[in-house]
Amino acid sequence: MSFIKRIRWGWLLAAAMLLSVRVAWAYPIAAPPKMHIMEGFLPLGWAVFWWVVALPFWVLGFIQVRKLIGERPELRLLLGLAGGFVFVLSALKIPSVTGSSSHPTGTGLGTILFGPFVVAILGTIALVFQAVLLAHGGISTLGANSMSMAISGPLVAYGLWLLLKGKIPTWLSVFLIAFVADLSTYIMTTTQLALAFPDPMGGFMASWLKFAGIFAVTQIPLAISEGILTVLIFNALQTNATIELKQLGLQEV
Amino acid sequence: MTTQVKSQPKKFSAVVVILGVVAMILLAAFPLIIVKNSEFGGSDGAGVEAIKSINPDYDETWIGNIWEPPGGETESMLFALQAIAGGFLIGYFFGYKRGQKKANIDPDDNSTTL
Repeated sequence: MSFIKRIRWGWLLAAAMLLSVRVAWAYPIAAPPKMHIMEGFLPLGWAVFWWVVALPFWVLGFIQVRKLIGERPELRLLLGLAGGFVFVLSALKIPSVTGSSSHPTGTGLGTILFGPFVVAILGTIALVFQAVLLAHGGISTLGANSMSMAISGPLVAYGLWLLLKGKIPTWLSVFLIAFVADLSTYIMTTTQLALAFPDPMGGFMASWLKFAGIFAVTQIPLAISEGILTVLIFNALQTNATIELKQLGLQEV
Repeated sequence: MTTQVKSQPKKFSAVVVILGVVAMILLAAFPLIIVKNSEFGGSDGAGVEAIKSINPDYDETWIGNIWEPPGGETESMLFALQAIAGGFLIGYFFGYKRGQKKANIDPDDNSTTL
């Protein structure tokens, strides 16, 4: 009985995946909008709105980073590693089946190590670099982009981490955290775009589904890759940086 | 030192690491093999098109970037720079830990392997 049920679920899943691929290909736009919303792309009102929303997180993150460096300077190098991870991963534009490229976020690792608010700072540094030097994202949209990559992704992932930590094998929880941090970044970007540009006929939801359909196909394989990489590096930390991880209470999770 | 360690995390075996790396390579290479006639650009222009298909009234961006790399070469150089900066920080950390471990080795112990 349960076996047949499982097969049915498998079919359903396969059908859903096929459908989402078809949906993505049905649209003439081969390339989905990038994860970083480009400069001047959001109407002024929305740009300001996301800046205002992101601001408290930056302040909180800044305070936490200062506190961390002040109280436990020995963790500075590990903080650098977490920031470096975000830098490397967000520089890697990886091809996807939609015929465009997108990049992972790298925020999951820092979230596990230092919590979501510190990552808000790390992620925003990477975003500023890309906005100023690479014309990738922008200053007017920095609030919105930070909100998706540096704040909401890590926040959702951290909630999940608190929930799962110690209950399932470490590798699995680390994988899921990185996976979820990556995916929820794109879900947030989708929401931001759909809010600013609702479909004239179907409104917010129609717009949202359209963007989400494209993003899902692009981003799920990437999120899996990011999950695997984060599991590998977290294991390397647990076995090489025992002292640091003990200080963070992460040695035996 | 510590006596009651619950479950000391074990280092992944080489096989697990290799499998993970291969899986990541396959995930990235798969689209290159099955999708033809694409440059995998995902240019910013396409984003504007996407919005225009929803809202034809949407005009253009209201502000441009402060500075833009003059071309693809400069852009890829800067992306490489970003990756180098990150890679350096990661490599520095693990190198530091390795050196620390080596320095703590008992002088009587002649094994060089870590």
